[in-house]
Amino acid sequence: MERVKKLQRFFNSLESLPIILVFAIILIAFMRTAPGVFTRPRIYMSILSTAPPLLVLGAGLTLVITSGEIDLSFPSVIAFCGMVFANLYKMTGSPLLGFLAAIAVGAFIGYVNGMITTRLNIPSIMTTVGTNFFWGGLTVLLAGGLSLNIPEVREYFLHTLFTGRIGGILPAQAVWAVGVTIFIWFLLNRHVFGEHILFIGDNMNVARVMGVNVEDTKVAVFTFMGLLGGFASVLLTLEMANFWTTQGSGFLLPVVAAVFIGGTSISGGEGRVIGTLFGTFIVGSLEAGVVASGIGGYWTRLTTGLIMLGSIALNVALDKTRVTSGGFAEKLRTSVFVKGIQKNE
Amino acid sequence: MSTLEIIRKNNTKKGGGVMENRKYTNVLEMHNIEMYFGKVQALRKVNFHVGVNEIVGLVGDNGAGKSTLVKILTGVITPTRGELFIRGEKIPLRNYSVKKAHHYGIETVYQDKSLGEKQVLWRNFFLGRQITNRFGFIKINEEKEIARKIMHETIGFRGVGITVDSTVSKLSGGERQGVAIGRAMHFDADLIVLDEPTVALSLKEVQKVLNFVRRIKESGRACVYISHTISHVYDICDRFVIIDRGEVAREFLKQNISLKELDECMLNFANARREVE
Repeated sequence: MERVKKLQRFFNSLESLPIILVFAIILIAFMRTAPGVFTRPRIYMSILSTAPPLLVLGAGLTLVITSGEIDLSFPSVIAFCGMVFANLYKMTGSPLLGFLAAIAVGAFIGYVNGMITTRLNIPSIMTTVGTNFFWGGLTVLLAGGLSLNIPEVREYFLHTLFTGRIGGILPAQAVWAVGVTIFIWFLLNRHVFGEHILFIGDNMNVARVMGVNVEDTKVAVFTFMGLLGGFASVLLTLEMANFWTTQGSGFLLPVVAAVFIGGTSISGGEGRVIGTLFGTFIVGSLEAGVVASGIGGYWTRLTTGLIMLGSIALNVALDKTRVTSGGFAEKLRTSVFVKGIQKNE
Repeated sequence: MSTLEIIRKNNTKKGGGVMENRKYTNVLEMHNIEMYFGKVQALRKVNFHVGVNEIVGLVGDNGAGKSTLVKILTGVITPTRGELFIRGEKIPLRNYSVKKAHHYGIETVYQDKSLGEKQVLWRNFFLGRQITNRFGFIKINEEKEIARKIMHETIGFRGVGITVDSTVSKLSGGERQGVAIGRAMHFDADLIVLDEPTVALSLKEVQKVLNFVRRIKESGRACVYISHTISHVYDICDRFVIIDRGEVAREFLKQNISLKELDECMLNFANARREVE
């Protein structure tokens, strides 16, 4: 009994355990409904090559949401920075220069978001919806609506470094994205900067009274988010060896969904970076999983939506038990979502 | 590094330390403070002082000027005229601020904005004054160890199932004030200002807060306790200052007045005020 309790305490101390369980459940479900696909490594390699930009953005967005703000402008950061990267590479022949310019421009866009939000006191949801249109529009305008193909970039070391295949199979961008995520975890949970973010999202007045510079910290968070947008953009453009004006436009909802599925509180003051990691992989594998499960094409989105809602519900249900501790297994067994899966089987 | 050394290292505040040689009798003196908001005069020639290791009850009706006076002494607002002395030293009011107040060892505990609710206790203790390595990463174990010491030794939290890893939301209102007071004491505040710390608390919680205030006294520090419920503060204060319509109306040492007399005195002021209006 003592050992069981110890084990339980250990699991409770793990951040985001509920969402890891949800991820495992979904994976097992897919393995049973589509064994031909989900018991072979190819699908995983495919997910690991497409999900990393989402993960980088999601990890950054976790910080923004924890600080009590939101950034919806990253789809256009992906487009604009992709254009900067592709064009600068085309002009100078140096992908490194393109990369540096892309993250600098991304950081600048984030900085502008932060300044508008804090100095003009405009809610960030409005600021970033606005800047999303602005930078997206500017991209289309400057690129003349045309995409830019850069297949030769595959010859360069930067391509191998960021999007090569380690050991011939593992996409390098997955390693980079997980690395960035781990860094952000430490930033949020172990660094003064992260602690300030937590308190600002929790209660701005408390943070201010205790000597935290609320405005500057928020600007820094937005700037960092923009920088990560630039990085994600380079990962995407390198992987595709192509820039197109609407790249990133499909990223908005999956990234936001990944953060919330991961258990980060919409009200701020609480951020789950590990949750976002698993949330991203849930979102990233859903579409493929649902399609491979052989449910009719028309059902894909509906099923995806249901699973997303179910994940969030289950995460919340499991998380509550974590707080009050005890009755964990009971909650899991009686959870509506788990029951639903059992019936399906 | 021992815990004590860490505590010392973090207490770099100028003039901090309760046990230093003193050349002053009052921690704080305010002379002829006047405050105008536009044309409205909020304070008229207020003289106010707090002695070393003295608990002063600042009482008065809502809108009497208590909070204006407190905002001036904690550096939130600048008075129109007047002089401020901290430990006998004249402080230029022009560049006096909240940061300066902290620097001089004056800490304020507010009813509702002292702690981050969703955050764990140890983070709350060190917000704004974290112990870090040179890259800014927090030394969690050291912070937790000191937070544990503050909880057990400074404010006397025992048992009750609350640890430094508990979030503030699990604490009762009284316990929250205790944490905020403990934090102020740890960071060597000489003067702790409590701004209506018992508003919206049950009687039992009020008692807890009062016990924390007794600890302030035992530790040799001074305290300004702002309240309009006189019965709460009568027990713990050494002196009462009644503020009415922007003036210091009366002052009493506790030994010279009973709770009943003080209550009546305050009621008289309230009635007089009603007649004027």
